[in-house]
Amino acid sequence: MRVRLRFAKTGKVRWTSHRDVARMWERAFRRVNLPLAYTEGFSPRPKVSFGLALPTGHESVAEYLDIEFDPERTALDFDCEALPATLTPALPAGITVLAVVPLDERVPSLQDDVAVCRWEIEALGATPEAVRGMVDAALAAPALVIDRERKGQVAKDDIRPGIRALAVIGPGEGGVTLAAELATQPRTVRPSELLRALHPELEEGNVRRTHQWSERDGARREPIPLDATRAPHALERVS
Amino acid sequence: MTSLWPRIEPLLAKVQKPARYIGCEDGAQTPSHRAHKVAWLLLYPDAYEIGLPNQGLQILYEILNERDDSVAERAYAPWIDMEAQLRSRGIPLFSVDTHRPAADFDLLAFNLSAELVYTNVLNCIDLAGVPVRSSERGPEQPLVAAGGHCAFNPEPLADFVDLFVLGDGEEVVSEITSVVGNWKRSGRTPGSRQQVLRDLATLPGCYVPSMYDVAYDGPHIASITPRYPEVPDRVEKRTIADLGEWPYPKQQLVPLTEVVHDRLNVEIFRGCTRGCRFCQAGMITRPVRERPAAQVRAMVSAGLRRTGYDEVSLTSLSSADYSGIDDIVGGIVNDPMCQGTVAVSLPSLRVDAYTVGVASEIAKVRRTGLTFAPEAGTWRMRKVINKLIREEDLYGAVESAFSQGWQRVKLYFMMGLPTETDADLEGIAELARNCVAIGREYSSRVHVTTSVGGFVPKPQTPFQWVGQATVPELRRKVGRLKDATRRLKGVQLRWHDPEATLAEGIASRGDRRVGRVIEDVWRAGGTFQEWSEHFRLDLWEEAMARHGLSIDWYVHRDRDRDEVLPWQHLSAGLHADFLWHDWLDALAEAGVEDCRWTPCYDCGACTGYGIEHVVASPVAPAGGSQGTGQDLATGGRVPVQLLSGRRA
Repeated sequence: MRVRLRFAKTGKVRWTSHRDVARMWERAFRRVNLPLAYTEGFSPRPKVSFGLALPTGHESVAEYLDIEFDPERTALDFDCEALPATLTPALPAGITVLAVVPLDERVPSLQDDVAVCRWEIEALGATPEAVRGMVDAALAAPALVIDRERKGQVAKDDIRPGIRALAVIGPGEGGVTLAAELATQPRTVRPSELLRALHPELEEGNVRRTHQWSERDGARREPIPLDATRAPHALERVS
Repeated sequence: MTSLWPRIEPLLAKVQKPARYIGCEDGAQTPSHRAHKVAWLLLYPDAYEIGLPNQGLQILYEILNERDDSVAERAYAPWIDMEAQLRSRGIPLFSVDTHRPAADFDLLAFNLSAELVYTNVLNCIDLAGVPVRSSERGPEQPLVAAGGHCAFNPEPLADFVDLFVLGDGEEVVSEITSVVGNWKRSGRTPGSRQQVLRDLATLPGCYVPSMYDVAYDGPHIASITPRYPEVPDRVEKRTIADLGEWPYPKQQLVPLTEVVHDRLNVEIFRGCTRGCRFCQAGMITRPVRERPAAQVRAMVSAGLRRTGYDEVSLTSLSSADYSGIDDIVGGIVNDPMCQGTVAVSLPSLRVDAYTVGVASEIAKVRRTGLTFAPEAGTWRMRKVINKLIREEDLYGAVESAFSQGWQRVKLYFMMGLPTETDADLEGIAELARNCVAIGREYSSRVHVTTSVGGFVPKPQTPFQWVGQATVPELRRKVGRLKDATRRLKGVQLRWHDPEATLAEGIASRGDRRVGRVIEDVWRAGGTFQEWSEHFRLDLWEEAMARHGLSIDWYVHRDRDRDEVLPWQHLSAGLHADFLWHDWLDALAEAGVEDCRWTPCYDCGACTGYGIEHVVASPVAPAGGSQGTGQDLATGGRVPVQLLSGRRA
């Protein structure tokens, strides 16, 4: 049996890396003794697949994770809805399980499925008017070429096609908050790259991923429908 | 509540590995500071990922936070990029628990586990906004303390550290807390700093360098004398008699980011009496004190459940010597709670106690990295250093491992040992070659990684008088080993930088005059000297020359029995006569047995302190050649050809 979890990563823990988060999950699964399926081989690992990496330092309320249970050790009446309350206390403060649903065997992997992410990005170092001007200019531009480093090689890349939507949505704590819908396919546009393309002097404040979507037949879908579960959020921590 | 977090957080996007600075580990505490509580900042003067797992620091962290009259937080050396950010904005060193400025604490207490971190100690004091020299600190500034193995010759840091603690810290931190608490309540009036240091100097195990005068006669030390009548002539180390009374850490810190030794660590015994003559740890932590097996089991099972780790390391100086180690390992591996997914690792394995039984239990889950340390290439050399393992012990151990499916084994050796000849050195290559040949019986892909480090004579050991090999000599030895292993398939040679060995030698047996060298190296930017990419021997050599100190005199010279050594007034309990006679025995190539299982030879560690070994089994573990009545004179060889019949 496979299930998909949605979780948030907020607060100080956002300074950990994608790999760090993977290790936190492995420890949490063992702490609550979940009957996960394990890989074969010299060092068995639980069968877990993570979605798109969240850059270190960014927050998110829309992270996803697929896990697979060992059918021989999992009761038939296994209750998915209880998982958020069980798992959240076993995770570091700031990692909160928001929803869990059982997964159809044919559902494609998160990595392949997600096409667009929505971000809220705090831009520092310019007035709201100036940022609005930058946004308008960027949206009007036929191309936005930036230097991207990939495997030690610097390449020119046009990120304009990857910007699906972009707007100033308000003043933030110390800057201007942007909402951006950025593609993850065929190439991912990162919030830091967007800011660089808007203006080289803009500095990045708080960045938060609010949605991940797949796109099929012109429709967008969340990896877990937003009303999929009414399980109470578990906010208390163990010990 | 003064938290620097709002000023630190904006820097985190600008530095590598920002998780080093956030705290938030499972097990981390957010103590409430109160006027009557003595606040300790426990510092590990190296990068977070090296310092976090340190068990000594974690033990004291818990003990101090459990007390009503103290609180403790932690700090680690900020990496170079973070240091630049902090300095450019005038932000001081901070604790990772509540991000409090370091100078707000009453004590900055450093863990000294290696000499090359000394420049980082100075850097941390400076980053805290505290004068690096003890003599320039006022009553408003924290006391700077240090403990750990290097405290057994802390003289190179004597000008910078107010107070050193010798030996086990579990009990003495409470006594220090009481004295410092009185000072705090008295309002830390002008001049009171001197008095509190004088009071601390009378606590057993506490060494306050400013309470001692050192007189010189040319390059030699003429005398080391206490400045006040109540200050002891000789500071004796502290030793906890029963490890079972100290089941710490109870809440081992689980870091959020990758660190070394990222697993559950349970200390199964402290101290070691194998008597290896080069080993400072073994000499200064006597006697052996085993943790009761039931407590080990309880700590392992509670720790695994709490942390979610899938690996537990049973730590000590020689874990296979623990009475009933097979039962403990088997118990963990076969525990239904662990579902066969918890791996066990045993650091510091002696080859003569590594059996097929232990190997097969470990292999049931995961083949954890396996390092054996024969230390020297020939039986003659191993008699000199008293590492009395025979070649067949080593071959038996590697065969146990290879037969249980291991493909890679690491061997650790030293070069530049006293009386070492090229034949001893070539013995290293031969041992490695024979180990590969044994492995080939089981798999064609076996690898034997052979690591060789330059020997640094350490204070409080029988080799404290001997001259260290020079850099050119160590380079020549590396060259010979390269030649000897070049054509050996499956043998990978690795060696430690001889230049770093030299700098370690300067700090290891240095006296107070070397303090100026440490300060110069630090001022010239020589931090993180443990890291090869930052190590700069030129800074050390220039500083030695600037202060008219001879590297040859400090590092490469043999000492006489009568010489006043810089650590003469500091005692790990070992009689000077014992150390000297053990040195003579080394020259005579004579071994001594392990006194856990044989009669006492009165080194002083038990008799002097009225304590004794705490060992569950009166007999040595199976396979051990020491203390088991086996003939130590043979040092037999197992020709590899004899083993080839086993394939059938």
